[in-house]
Amino acid sequence: MSMNKQGRKTDIKQPTSDRIDAKTYSGNKALQIEEPILFDLGDTQTTGVDFADVAPFENRLNGMERAEEFGLAGLSEPETMRHYVRLSQKNYSIDTGIYPLGSCTMKHNPRLNEKIARLPGFMDIHPLQPQSSVPGAIDLMSELAHWLMELTGMKAIALSPKAGAHGELCGMMAIKAAHEAREAQEEGGATKNVVLVPDSAHGTNPATAALIGYKIRSVPAQEDGTVTAASVKEALDDDVAAIMLTNPNTGGVFEREIVEIAKLIHEAGAYFYCDGANFTAIAGKVKPGELGVDAMHFNLHKTFSTPHGGGGPGSGPVVLSKRLAPFAPLPFLVKDGESTRLVENASDHVSEASPFGRMTAFHGQFGMYTRALTYMMSHGSDGLKQASEDAVLNANYLRASLSDYMSLAFGEDHICMHEVLFDDAFLKDTGVTTLDFAKAMIDEGFHPMTVYFPLIVHGAMLVEPTESESKASLDQFIEVMIALAKRAKQGDAEPFLNAPRFTPRRRLDETGAARKPILRWSSEDEVNM
Amino acid sequence: MSKTYYTKEHEWIMVEDGVGTIGITDHAQEQLGDIVFVELPEPGLEVEQGDEACVVESVKAASEVYAPISGEVVEANEALGENAALVNESAETDAWFIKIKLSNADELEELMDKAGYEEFVESES
Repeated sequence: MSMNKQGRKTDIKQPTSDRIDAKTYSGNKALQIEEPILFDLGDTQTTGVDFADVAPFENRLNGMERAEEFGLAGLSEPETMRHYVRLSQKNYSIDTGIYPLGSCTMKHNPRLNEKIARLPGFMDIHPLQPQSSVPGAIDLMSELAHWLMELTGMKAIALSPKAGAHGELCGMMAIKAAHEAREAQEEGGATKNVVLVPDSAHGTNPATAALIGYKIRSVPAQEDGTVTAASVKEALDDDVAAIMLTNPNTGGVFEREIVEIAKLIHEAGAYFYCDGANFTAIAGKVKPGELGVDAMHFNLHKTFSTPHGGGGPGSGPVVLSKRLAPFAPLPFLVKDGESTRLVENASDHVSEASPFGRMTAFHGQFGMYTRALTYMMSHGSDGLKQASEDAVLNANYLRASLSDYMSLAFGEDHICMHEVLFDDAFLKDTGVTTLDFAKAMIDEGFHPMTVYFPLIVHGAMLVEPTESESKASLDQFIEVMIALAKRAKQGDAEPFLNAPRFTPRRRLDETGAARKPILRWSSEDEVNM
Repeated sequence: MSKTYYTKEHEWIMVEDGVGTIGITDHAQEQLGDIVFVELPEPGLEVEQGDEACVVESVKAASEVYAPISGEVVEANEALGENAALVNESAETDAWFIKIKLSNADELEELMDKAGYEEFVESES
């Protein structure tokens, strides 16, 4: 038989030593390329594109021509392409692996969403087109509005807000408009100028209320961050215009006394704003309208997929109760028999409406409407319910699996909703902090959880797996978390303090970056100036 | 003669001739981590006891600093604007935040002395 002796040997020669020299001649590490920023990469004195010589022309700029160089990086197309592809490969996203960032709901963005959003009839339209030329797009908005109101049991909707905090602002402006309308009617009526916010709230809640002139009154939260009806009663008086409450709260715990709280708030002539940031835990299970909520925003980009890094951008529609419905901002949808139209101007609105204004110049994030509706319709009502249940189940699987190794912020018997909160008690006296632990997770190939939030817990670690993770994925995560917790407790702090060890850049100087931020690239000449 | 008092919100106030020099405690700066920014009020501001007077921002979070007593802000420590890290280095001395001219010295009686504060910190942990 003939034998091809030119063949390559396929057996692997064992290395003689485990020693790894971390330095390479190029500065690259295997296929991890050290990528300079664009301006350091390209010579600003040259161009990667050949321009034809300019024919003689009469200069009519009258001395206004640019006196200095542009300073643009002169790169050719392949150089530019490689630069951006290399940068993109440094990114970690939900498409790369588990992204357990608590409070962010980093769930998978189904590719069907992207396919539908790219249909020419949805993609190639312009907000200034006449409504008669885009009936399909308006129907889509109407359908989305219907299902969002159905899921929440609410009566009206403002689709236009661009993200969560913008939605909060919209809801609170509707509440303010309702109070002002009432105050205009009852002459001499007291002006309500206080908004109640639990001290466990998202920071955007008090910021939103303050932005439109309300005073903030803090309601003390219990140890698990929940609020009792008794503490709300204590804080209530005639000055209170509204309460802002997140449910489930920022610690992943359901507000058990929410119905009583809503009742107290309404009796005091105030409104109930619910922050819907964590709606993913209860979508299809609970209708906030039935709990007594007057206004709630959605984060379409969380609850209905397409989180940051997985699609985006943000979109924060707000649903309103019957009492707030007349104050919904422009533009809003009105059904005329079979067809739906968008009311764009205060002058052509229907009689009972008194919109407080408008939140955006156009109609909001239409691409996100398409994706969210695709997600909802491909899941169906039973699928949405199951997604919520799976999200809660996954979080509780992590909670139960890790409870012996890490420390649960609210104790062993506290069932969580869609996210589980740990504190740093299990790291006590190990010399390892929450931040070190998070950095060590990067070495293990995981994006860390949310750290140091919520503030009511010491050294908080907030883990939200979402329903997207399989049991195998969760088990892998659990295994590593247990191993890291054990290592820390055994007194082996070194790998934590040095983490991340295997990234192209080691621990970054976050403090230095915050104290002395360098906000833009400067040329050497500028630096030396 | 000066005397220093402490609050449960981890502020200290050293009172001398009717003027209180206010800062955050060493324990507070340690808990906050690296301080990156301090927002101070303009002199002339009238504050009530418990009002938000300053904001201190660390890499972890932003926190309010409350006025331990009522009065008028007479001076703010400009050195902190340049160098917020001073709070981490010398929270209870050079890194004072503001000086307040007391309008009601009786309010001091509600505050703790050093031993009382240390006991309070111990009980909180």
